[in-house]
Amino acid sequence: MLEILIQLLPSVLLEGLILGFVYAMIALGYTMVYGVLELINFAHSEIFMAGAVAGAETFILLKGAIANPFLLLALALLIGGTVAAVVAILVERLAYRPLRKRGTTNRLVPLITAIGVSFFLQDLVRLIEGLWHNAFYRRYPSFAVFEATYNLPNWIGVLVIALTVWVGFWVLAYFGDWLLRRFAKRAPAKGRTLSWVAAGLTLVFLVLYRHVVFTDLGMTIQMKSILVIVVSLAMLYGLNWLVHKTKLGIAIRAVAQDAQTASLMGIDPDVIVSRTFLIGGFLGGVAGVLFGLLYTLVHPYVGFIPGIKAFTAAVLGGIGNITGAAVGGLVLGMLEMLGGTYLTFLTNGAMGTEYKDILAFMILIFILLFRPQGIIGQQLGEKV
Amino acid sequence: MKKLRENPLLLSAVIAIVALVASFWLLANPRSTLPFLLTLGALLAALLQPIPKWLKILIGGAILLLVIPAAGFKNSFLFELGIQTGIYAAMALGLNVVVGLAGLLDLGYAAFFAVGAYTWAIFGSPQANEFMPWKIFPLPGEYFYLFMLIAVVVAAITGVVIGSPALRLKGDYLAIVTLGLGEVVRVLANNLDQPINITNGPQGITPIQRPPIDWFIALLEKFGLQLSRAEAYPLFFYLLVLVIIGIVTLVNIRLDRSRFGRAWIAIREDETAARAMGIPLFPTKLLAFATGASFSGAMGALFAAKQLYVSPESFTLIQSIMILVMVILGGMGSIPGAILGAATVTILNVDLLKSASDYLNNLRNAGFTLDLGFFKYNFANLPNQLEPAKYERMVFGLIMILMMIYRPEGIIPERRHVLEMKKEEA
Repeated sequence: MLEILIQLLPSVLLEGLILGFVYAMIALGYTMVYGVLELINFAHSEIFMAGAVAGAETFILLKGAIANPFLLLALALLIGGTVAAVVAILVERLAYRPLRKRGTTNRLVPLITAIGVSFFLQDLVRLIEGLWHNAFYRRYPSFAVFEATYNLPNWIGVLVIALTVWVGFWVLAYFGDWLLRRFAKRAPAKGRTLSWVAAGLTLVFLVLYRHVVFTDLGMTIQMKSILVIVVSLAMLYGLNWLVHKTKLGIAIRAVAQDAQTASLMGIDPDVIVSRTFLIGGFLGGVAGVLFGLLYTLVHPYVGFIPGIKAFTAAVLGGIGNITGAAVGGLVLGMLEMLGGTYLTFLTNGAMGTEYKDILAFMILIFILLFRPQGIIGQQLGEKV
Repeated sequence: MKKLRENPLLLSAVIAIVALVASFWLLANPRSTLPFLLTLGALLAALLQPIPKWLKILIGGAILLLVIPAAGFKNSFLFELGIQTGIYAAMALGLNVVVGLAGLLDLGYAAFFAVGAYTWAIFGSPQANEFMPWKIFPLPGEYFYLFMLIAVVVAAITGVVIGSPALRLKGDYLAIVTLGLGEVVRVLANNLDQPINITNGPQGITPIQRPPIDWFIALLEKFGLQLSRAEAYPLFFYLLVLVIIGIVTLVNIRLDRSRFGRAWIAIREDETAARAMGIPLFPTKLLAFATGASFSGAMGALFAAKQLYVSPESFTLIQSIMILVMVILGGMGSIPGAILGAATVTILNVDLLKSASDYLNNLRNAGFTLDLGFFKYNFANLPNQLEPAKYERMVFGLIMILMMIYRPEGIIPERRHVLEMKKEEA
């Protein structure tokens, strides 16, 4: 039993990592809007969905005209991102801005509006798709190039197992130390000591289970997964550059910190808010196209679950913080894959894959209750 | 209009005449929507306008107890509409306590409805034999009333269980966590057919026992009404719902004016100030949450008995949102508002959107051609995706957005709320 679990570990974590990149990109949209307006933009999941659907349409329409799948993907990403950005800007202009202009002391008003926008957009896309094709489920076409599978060298798998086991032991050691501190009144151990203890235990583990770890772990990766990782890394890096190195980024951070003072410095907060929605929407749309590429089927209601998960990721990492959103997304993706696979496996299928959604909500509640500032926390990164 | 308001005698006369005309029109045409809406409009006007109390009771009683049942015998859909409106009105009143009075946005309210429904569904059907050692299920229908009380308790306990972690959070986070926990309840209902079969999973539970109504049929016979069981049940549930609505409204009014009601409103207005005044925040919020949940639980048990069938499908997020829309439409914190909102949304959802769908379908099937000279359209070409009944999310979303932008205090605003919503931020 344990052998199989160990051998599955690298593949499951890799899957989780890929999913995590998608979550991270959606989470950025939540986090940026929250940073500037302190509003949970419930409609972001539908902005993501609009991108996914627009990407599917691009693929289907241009499949005959453009033979090169990579060029096609680039176009789909561009169009999906643009459509999503336009939707995001329109939502801000038509629904959120009137509320800001009127000014209200009730915190529920913007939130309820956001939920309304989210539901409205779901059926709006359904209506458009329904009138256009008489069906609202769209499928991404598959390309042999994207589906191609590559074997990964075994040492990567071994490294992943070693690292995971090390992290596991580190957490256990930390917990043990906490118990000692709490009940035996011992002085806290140094972080370095904990790390070395965990490393030692990991070494013992690797020796004990060498027949499992050092076999053919059969890790493979598909071309489309590589594309997801490459595109998301590029996007994350680009966003980081934009926020920290450009004038627009400085303006966004200024408005996030204090909109009134920023406007005294010659920054129009409305323009900046609009730009923030544009950037967040574009990232959401790109994430939508990547999501469609990974899971093929898209429809107007596809955004809901990834949206909630991405929001969880944003909170997990520390909402309002760009690095936090990325870290939260990756961690959540991996935890979810681990939970989903191992729960089903350990209970002989009695607890189905739907329970992994529960896992995400549990993580959200746990984080909000015990570490509301998230993994990264606000003390490290600044608000965006 | 202003003149009418200033003259109570004229106002009373106008409302009474409208109510009378509408009632006769409805009795003559029980199947058309327009007289039904007019009758409800008259009822609403009678209840809300400043006319003498005896006239209010007379018009209200006549329409609710005579006209609608009489029309309902010719068109049983009216009973269905009335029962559904009543169930949702009671739930809207429950959510009104949570969202309207205490200002806690709960997006998982359907979860308590589900808990109540499953409480009776499991024990009022053979389902409980699956996991209980003694094979005495289904329990006879008399137990329904007991189980309605049990459902209240179970739902309140669920409210406490869900609320204890969730209510430590504020505003936005509370909303998303309740949404998540609501989904958790649905996922559990969907998956608890393994390893022990408790909820029968996605297939749902059926048949569920109904309360026995032999005494009711006998009672009606004394009034000269011979009804079969199938005819008597809708009337029975309709009257039961009316009684429950009466109780729930009364409880709501009493709560609103009680120490707790004032505490909830204080928390809604300003948590810090409320705490400074000596209101214990967490227990008071938890009480609001559990109170709201218990209303929903009772209606869940009733829903299970009426429907004879429950499945996780009936307790999705859209249900929670629908009840929220009712509260928002009527006016957060306003009791008549919640009832009006429930009636409007239910009629919109169950009747008007479906009628519009049927209408379009008929036009399409008949191949009707619209000819305006410059514009010609053959309805046979109408895409069959265009079905208003399937776009409830769009309708609800639009209601939420428009209400928040143009009238956040709702159609029948609560007095205290008007000031707050319109206030400019300092």
